[in-house]
Amino acid sequence: MKKRTIVPIVYILFLMLPIYWLVAMSFKTTNEILSGFSLFPQTFTLDNYKTIFTDPSWYWGYINSIAYVSINTVISIAVALPAAYAFSRYRFLGDKQLFFWLLTNRMAPAAVFALPFFQLYSAVELFDTYLAVALAHCLFNIPLSVWILEGFMGGIPKELDETAYVDGYSFPRFFATIFIPSIKAGVGVAAFFCFMFSWVELLLAKTLTAVAAKPIAATMTKTASSAGYELGLLAAAGTLTIIPGAIVIYFVRNYIAKGFAMGRV
Amino acid sequence: MKTENQKAWFFVLPVLILVAFNALIPMMTVVNYSVQETFGDNVFFWQGLDWFQQILRSDRFHAALGRQFMFTFLILIIEIPLGIAIALSMPRKGFWVPVCLVLMALPMLIPWNVVGAMWNIFTLPDIGLLGYFLNHVLGINYDMTQDPVAAWVTIVTMDVWHWTSLVVLLAYAGLVSIPDAYYQAAKIDGASNWSVFRFIQLPKMKTVLTIAILLRFMDSFNIYTEPFVLTGGGPGNSTTLLSIDLVKIALGQFDLGPAAAMSLIYFAITLLVSWLFYTVMTKDDQT
Amino acid sequence: MAKITLSTLRHSYYPNPKSDSEYALKEVDLDWTDGGAYALLGPSGCGKSTLLNIISGLLVPSEGKILFDGKDVTHLPPDQRNIAQVFQFPVIYDTMTVYDNLAFPLRNRGRDEDTVRERVMAIAEMLEVTDMLNTRAAGLSPDNKQKISMGRGLVREDVNVVMFDEPLTVIDPHLKWKLRSKLKELHQRVKATMIYVTHDQTEALTFADQVVVMQLGEVVQIGTPVELFERPAHTFVGHFIGSPGMNILPCTLQNSVAMFGDQPVALEGPIHGSANGTTEIGVRPEFVSLSTAGLPATVTKVSDVGRHIVVECNAQGTKINAVIEGTPPAKGDAVHLQFRQDQTRLYVDGWLATTAQEAAA
Repeated sequence: MKKRTIVPIVYILFLMLPIYWLVAMSFKTTNEILSGFSLFPQTFTLDNYKTIFTDPSWYWGYINSIAYVSINTVISIAVALPAAYAFSRYRFLGDKQLFFWLLTNRMAPAAVFALPFFQLYSAVELFDTYLAVALAHCLFNIPLSVWILEGFMGGIPKELDETAYVDGYSFPRFFATIFIPSIKAGVGVAAFFCFMFSWVELLLAKTLTAVAAKPIAATMTKTASSAGYELGLLAAAGTLTIIPGAIVIYFVRNYIAKGFAMGRV
Repeated sequence: MKTENQKAWFFVLPVLILVAFNALIPMMTVVNYSVQETFGDNVFFWQGLDWFQQILRSDRFHAALGRQFMFTFLILIIEIPLGIAIALSMPRKGFWVPVCLVLMALPMLIPWNVVGAMWNIFTLPDIGLLGYFLNHVLGINYDMTQDPVAAWVTIVTMDVWHWTSLVVLLAYAGLVSIPDAYYQAAKIDGASNWSVFRFIQLPKMKTVLTIAILLRFMDSFNIYTEPFVLTGGGPGNSTTLLSIDLVKIALGQFDLGPAAAMSLIYFAITLLVSWLFYTVMTKDDQT
Repeated sequence: MAKITLSTLRHSYYPNPKSDSEYALKEVDLDWTDGGAYALLGPSGCGKSTLLNIISGLLVPSEGKILFDGKDVTHLPPDQRNIAQVFQFPVIYDTMTVYDNLAFPLRNRGRDEDTVRERVMAIAEMLEVTDMLNTRAAGLSPDNKQKISMGRGLVREDVNVVMFDEPLTVIDPHLKWKLRSKLKELHQRVKATMIYVTHDQTEALTFADQVVVMQLGEVVQIGTPVELFERPAHTFVGHFIGSPGMNILPCTLQNSVAMFGDQPVALEGPIHGSANGTTEIGVRPEFVSLSTAGLPATVTKVSDVGRHIVVECNAQGTKINAVIEGTPPAKGDAVHLQFRQDQTRLYVDGWLATTAQEAAA
């Protein structure tokens, strides 16, 4: 047993090394970075972070990203809940085909959709809004949420529904006050995955925005090419994009393994 | 078990509308482009299936497809066994479990272009940790902007870094769902570690592993941002995977017709392989 | 096959147990004779599964020794003890056929295929599973799966002991008795020592020649089913075995006469030992009768359970059950209760404190 624990430790070290390097870079001055190799920041500086927090074109990137990710998560879960309930409890015309078709959208390469999306959202005059990105990300997040939630709902016995009706609950009241609380782990896991995939996706987000809703990740690529090679700034911006993910994952840490198994993700 | 209820359609309607809006309209646009030729100014000419024939015969597409399969094959062959091995050696309970899981999941929560940028910084020959180590400590001549092999090793390593945890988490979820009695029975039956793996752990992980392989196949087949940021498809075209090539054609050259035809072929291949794999993996369950 | 001796066994799941309550097993000294059919009976959490896992080698006890035929096996791993265990939930190797499942323990021990086939066929015939040998084990019904997991234990010709850990939990009620009689039959045919852990008294009493009753990590009584029923050594046994359980009446002692309130109660015989502590009278409902004289009580409930009638009475605030035949009294009736003297015992701090007297009038 003792010998075995070396494997996850080495693996985690491997995972942490590039992250460490990014964080270390973010505390270095441009001078130090360009002058050569150093394992730790020699002249520790917060200037890179100061730039990000004082320059609106930087910090608005974060606000934009968080805004559309949140909107997407709310929309995805809100529409996926009733749909997942229908799939887990009822048989209806075309149910299997519909479920399968939903899942195929998870396989669609984003690159395939980039250009048509641009035209579609320009046509409906949503281009460069939070809603555009939030809706576009529904393409893969809704099927995923339906899939996860259906898995969790399948674990709830049908008797729960029947008991509630016998007790005189109306459907909306039963759904909101009894059913959703009993699958709140599933809702948490689904919301986590929506957040994750919307947060990390860039191709569509970049295609559908110009200025007003531009995500932080896109801001980074712009800055990297226009302002020369400001590695320290780039590293600081990158470091800051890890934090929201780290916070979200901390909240669902006890559900991750279970969520993966139950939700069949 | 389930009751027949056509009104359930009302529950799925919002999902249907949203996904259809995002999937069907763009898909129709793509189909539309794929059979036409344009010289700009919104003037289109009917082209039939010419673009499809052209793409299917083009060396450029074959090369990109070949690189794509190579990449997907490499990362599957590394990530799946590695993920299983790591999951097997993780502790089953205790304080360290959530710590391990959180740390392992971290790479998956980093925006994809940041992943690319991070690996770029990490591998810079003179100032990156890995680049410096390889060049100046081990004395290996490493520069992925010049050397295609180095570029390949780097994008594969990056993907392993990025996504092996997904396999670990799934495999681990399968492992912890095995009741203790199975291990105890195996001990009493005198089973070797290998037998325990072969006859208990692997069968119990089958469902989650199917999902892991499917997800990794689909996502690696669709990969764009990370290698684009890291290598830009280079040096030369050596790391130009399907999506990168597609975007080059569509947005770089604005050849909408060929790009659309390529999109459809590309999507069809993804669907076909996923479906084949899924059918083969689940066929066993019925018998 | 072997005689199993447990010598001053103690076990705690804590690394450094401080008090008695941290021990899952307090102190167990037991001998299991070769070829016996034993049941380990007790409520959940009494330590019976812990004891079982110590015998099988899945747990190493904190203190004490386990001997097989006098040989110390305390630190031997399970596969070297030649034991077999059947778990609560059937453990089946899903991907293998029934045949391969049964052959698995033998193949792991390097037996040649001829021996394997011979043993597997013999066991399959005994378990009546010969017709399913070539089907995938995953598709079997729970009772058949459980049979296969028993078979994996029995297939080895050298097993010292076969242990059953509540093996009928997931079996449908109408199949339970079938499997139970199959087990009894198997015991007679293979003559291996069998230990059957359960919290169900019917299962224990029908399967075993000797029943070991446990409570809170201690063995409270070992005996044949009849002994446990007739002379419970502890109020717990009286209460746990029988339906309804033994009546326990608080009492005081006045000049060696047990007094229930102001009523003297005649006991089966003299009290042995010092009677300092909580004293109680124990008498089974089967030995309580309704009469015109005796302990006055009020009927609070009458239930017809089929073969006989259980009359629940209240006497001085204590509930007393009587099992009677014939016409029962009505609820609320005033009755008098008689205890059969040779079945009325005194318990001090829970433990039996009277000696039976054959000649007692």
